[in-house]
Amino acid sequence: MKRALRRDRHPPKPAPAPREKFPPLDLARCERFLMHEARLLDDARFDDWLALFTEDAWYWIPTEPDQQSPFDTVSLIYDDRRLLETRVRRLASPRIYSQEPPSRTSRMIGNVTQEETSTDGFVCTVRSKFMVLENRRDSQRLFGGTAHHRLVQLDGKVLIAWKRVDLLNCDAPLDGILVPL
Amino acid sequence: MSVGEGELVQLIEPGRVHRRVYTDPAIFDLEMARIFGTAWIYVGHESQVKNPGDYFCTRIGRKPVIMVRGPDGEVRVIHNQCAHRGAMVVALEQGNAPEFQCCYHGWTYHLDGRLKAVPLQHGYPREFDPADPKTSMLQVPRVESYRGFVFASEAPDGPDLTDSLGYMATSLDDMVDRAPDGEIEVAGGVFKHTYDGNWKLYFENLCDAAHPLFTHRSSIEAAQQQSDAAHSDGTGEIALRQMRQNGAPYSFWESQVGIWTYPNGHSFLGDYHDDAKLVAAMNDPTFRDYRGALEAKKGKARTDEVLAVRRWNSTIYPNISFMSQFQQLRVVHPIAVDRTVVHAYTFRLKGAPERMFRNAISFANTVNGTGSLVLTDDLEIYNRIGIGLASEGTEWLQVGRGFTSDVPDAHGGRRGKNSTSEVYIRNMLDAWLAYMTNGRAAQAAA
Ligand code: FES
Ligand SMILES: [Fe+2]
Repeated sequence: MKRALRRDRHPPKPAPAPREKFPPLDLARCERFLMHEARLLDDARFDDWLALFTEDAWYWIPTEPDQQSPFDTVSLIYDDRRLLETRVRRLASPRIYSQEPPSRTSRMIGNVTQEETSTDGFVCTVRSKFMVLENRRDSQRLFGGTAHHRLVQLDGKVLIAWKRVDLLNCDAPLDGILVPL
Repeated sequence: MSVGEGELVQLIEPGRVHRRVYTDPAIFDLEMARIFGTAWIYVGHESQVKNPGDYFCTRIGRKPVIMVRGPDGEVRVIHNQCAHRGAMVVALEQGNAPEFQCCYHGWTYHLDGRLKAVPLQHGYPREFDPADPKTSMLQVPRVESYRGFVFASEAPDGPDLTDSLGYMATSLDDMVDRAPDGEIEVAGGVFKHTYDGNWKLYFENLCDAAHPLFTHRSSIEAAQQQSDAAHSDGTGEIALRQMRQNGAPYSFWESQVGIWTYPNGHSFLGDYHDDAKLVAAMNDPTFRDYRGALEAKKGKARTDEVLAVRRWNSTIYPNISFMSQFQQLRVVHPIAVDRTVVHAYTFRLKGAPERMFRNAISFANTVNGTGSLVLTDDLEIYNRIGIGLASEGTEWLQVGRGFTSDVPDAHGGRRGKNSTSEVYIRNMLDAWLAYMTNGRAAQAAA
């Protein structure tokens, strides 16, 4: 069974700017982008991370390995843009007790491939493998799995139209997930 | 180490409880025997085993069991242990099987747990009798379903399920009556969350009206500051409304919500929503369609009656907490004195507009999701209580809020003068003590 990696509800917006001024999204740029995103998260720069997403982006961590939809099955996280903004605002709150003390994370990304690329090269789906070490209070957790990013280039800037994170242990009993994966 | 009855009685006083109740491994072992080993324990819903051969694996206390529908259509609960040398027989969480076979030496069982075949049977002593009912995947002695909710009791005799539920059966009615077709089914997957703390803490929090304003501040404030101009596919809308509602002021909790308790540890918190989308509101299009579907099937008068029931979380002691408005049910699995796993399920209302179910999923993600903006702070509380109690500071925990103002209620119940009363905790501790002393020390804390 092929996983549903996109939903028809949000086809990526066509870039309005004259595109030829900018190079297309090749693998090297996609890789650099993923490293940049991981670094923002590890550095707890969540506002800057949010700024990587398009205005109608969604961010999804399913509870099932082959989950087809976030609407008929529960998700560890399924945020539309509005909820994602709230999530990031909460992470900055001095009253977020579940981040007292804050988590520290360290991420590794690898095996990056471009899965689907539009003919003009300005929209693509990138698949990657990741490992995230998370340390909080007395314990360290290890998350790993596969991420898919739908990347779009608008005015030379790379943005995330959607991001799906498939955790290897998505259906295991888990304590709270606070820092985005 | 065992704990004597006299000692148990001393752990509960009017308005306070000794911290050992949450920290002592010997007490936990007793709870597994005397509470989870005797009470009616929710095991699953009939919709999880629709067809003959369908099975669903869960636990009663720490014991792995299988809820299975036999070829005769009967739902049974059997221990997931091979009668040969003890291996767990069924390894998948759910599925369908014509029979159960142990993968160690191939002993095979009927779906009701009776032994069917033993390879190399000639090698066993003459006294070995495969037809002996003790040589089987043992059935849990009593299994009863209340409108599709399957409960099992390890006690061969005792009050039947409806007696034990008492008036709280009406909360299960409320779950089912809301379905236009009169049926609900488990759907939409499951959340499994875990924390390092005692299982009782979960129930003590679910009806706690005094904590949202404080514990959930970060999500309340973040939601209050959120612009509704930002794009939503409906998910964020439901989530934000719920988070903002958690910010209802103390005066609201004190005057308008209510908490009701009943014998055997059961209770429910009144609905605390005045948000037009989260309550029965005609101006919400989904809800209007839903109401239409209900009226078409049940008539207007009955629909009014069904929707007039306004409860938030209901607790059926000792292992489920559920709520009807967004069709949620959480099953609490005690793992150790300081370790708990909770499974949270969603139900689909048959005959309701599909959008209702989608909203229920969004709601589940908001309040039961492992990555939710709300539940994460509750999990933090359970963990902190786990750590805090280990400090062996104050010996007695205060659960006396509302003690002098609670009032008796119909159906053998007792209710708080307002919803911030800790009466539901005292009520659970009453039941706890009654179970733990085999009924001899009932009502000590009342
Ligand atoms: S343990 Fe099951 S067949 Fe031997
Ligand atoms: Fe809470």
